[in-house]
Amino acid sequence: MASSPTGTSSSTSAGTATAMVQLTDVQKHFGSHHVLKDVSLTIAAREVVVVVGPSGSGKSTLCRCINRLETITSGTIAVDGVDLPAEGRALAKLRAEVGMVFQSFNLFAHRTILDNVTLAPITVLGRSRKDARAEGLALLERVGIADKADHFPAQLSGGQQQRAAIARALAMKPKVMLFDEPTSALDPEMVSEVLDVMTSLAGDGMTMVVVTHEMGFARRAADRVIFMDDGRIVEEDTPANFFDHASSPRAQAFLSKILPH
Amino acid sequence: MNIFVDSAGPLLEALGTTVMMAVIAGVAAIALGTVVTAARISPIPVLRGLAFAYVQFFVNVPLLVLLILAVFALPDAGLLLPLTPTAIIVLALYEAAYVAEAIRSGVNTVGTGQIEASRALGFTLVQSLRLVVVPQALRAAVQPIGNVMIALTMNTALAAAVGVVELTSEANKLNLVEAQPILIFTVAGLIYMALALAIGLGAGRIEKRVAIKR
Ligand SMILES: Nc1ncnc2c1ncn2[C@@H]1O[C@H](COP(=O)(O)OP(=O)(O)OP(=O)(O)O)[C@@H](O)[C@H]1O
Ligand SMILES: [Mg+2]
Repeated sequence: MASSPTGTSSSTSAGTATAMVQLTDVQKHFGSHHVLKDVSLTIAAREVVVVVGPSGSGKSTLCRCINRLETITSGTIAVDGVDLPAEGRALAKLRAEVGMVFQSFNLFAHRTILDNVTLAPITVLGRSRKDARAEGLALLERVGIADKADHFPAQLSGGQQQRAAIARALAMKPKVMLFDEPTSALDPEMVSEVLDVMTSLAGDGMTMVVVTHEMGFARRAADRVIFMDDGRIVEEDTPANFFDHASSPRAQAFLSKILPH
Repeated sequence: MNIFVDSAGPLLEALGTTVMMAVIAGVAAIALGTVVTAARISPIPVLRGLAFAYVQFFVNVPLLVLLILAVFALPDAGLLLPLTPTAIIVLALYEAAYVAEAIRSGVNTVGTGQIEASRALGFTLVQSLRLVVVPQALRAAVQPIGNVMIALTMNTALAAAVGVVELTSEANKLNLVEAQPILIFTVAGLIYMALALAIGLGAGRIEKRVAIKR
């Protein structure tokens, strides 16, 4: 599938609701602990979904299951119409189509920022070093840290590291980007530089699943908010409806805790 | 000081034996230790178990016991090797367990987050080990491996107990003739110290070259 460096699906025009991610009756256990319960969810191409919910409700697990960092107990997960296999080379390839950004950045500490961005395209996609570097530099430019290309991760601020991590994921031209609390580990003054990059990505039509409690971002960039509690999707709505008049008592209780009064 | 001049030849030869044992056993221990660590962190339970048993065995049996067993028991079992190679092999097998522990501590410095990130990017297990885990683990293990190499060099002296003519046994021989234990063993001790210092400095230089910029 041809796609631009942003990963924008070229075959989908705005407005057509093609399912990019489809979860059907997903159950996930850790031992006897039932962590995802009957989760069914369809995310359209170019859609931006924000996931909120109390700690331990299964938000991270949901993300990790979508690119099979965790196996699921039962149910199916399909990305762009292809069911995710359980393990093996085919999975590694499909996994590369789903970009993931972690709370703790997880950059490769022994490699420069540019190497962090080019390593996977060279190793997994077999790109030439030269092409990968050119594209990598363009991506670093896009997230605003081209001047840090030859620095090592520990030499960057948290916000810069997280932007590098976003560039690293984008370098694989993913069809979907997952963000698991990408700004939770950041000092307050660095949150907006990361959210700005994510907002612009959303504007470019990237399909995104974002676990975050940044309500400003949700209102600005999200098409839909999903509220999870105790492993279930309890409520879903547009950001405006959800934040202003959530219908379930549990969502109301949750919102009263996180929203400024 | 004349006593050292008169027996300079045999002493230098003995020092050569000590260095040779340390170098060969050291290189072999690093190679074997790397293999043991790879088995130790592999996804194959049998390999993991074998590697664990290997390390536990050699860490919990004194080197002197192993040397005596190898020198006196192996010939009885029909395995005949000259003394010095036997001692080198025992030293290498023994120190490999410590090298494996040093490398494993290096592996533990690589956060699971980085391994997870590499999986999320589509790396296979082997790619993830080769490009992310091993390079960082080896960097972190340089100093600990250097310390194992120093211990190995000191441990070559135990080979004297089973009859290998290395620095300590040559010093001992000299003392039987000259009866100047303080002088003779102080000099021998200083030579061991110089060897340890050289290894420590070498490890420090390697570490500086490969260190991850922070
Ligand atoms: N590897 C694991 N082994 C066992 N239990 C786990 C594991 N990972 C998560 N859990 C459990 O699964 C449940 C959901 O965890 P998850 O991390 O998905 O929650 P979350 O919604 O992301 O919470 P938070 O807001 O704190 O990040 C929790 O009860 C957690 O203790
Ligand atoms: Mg979480």
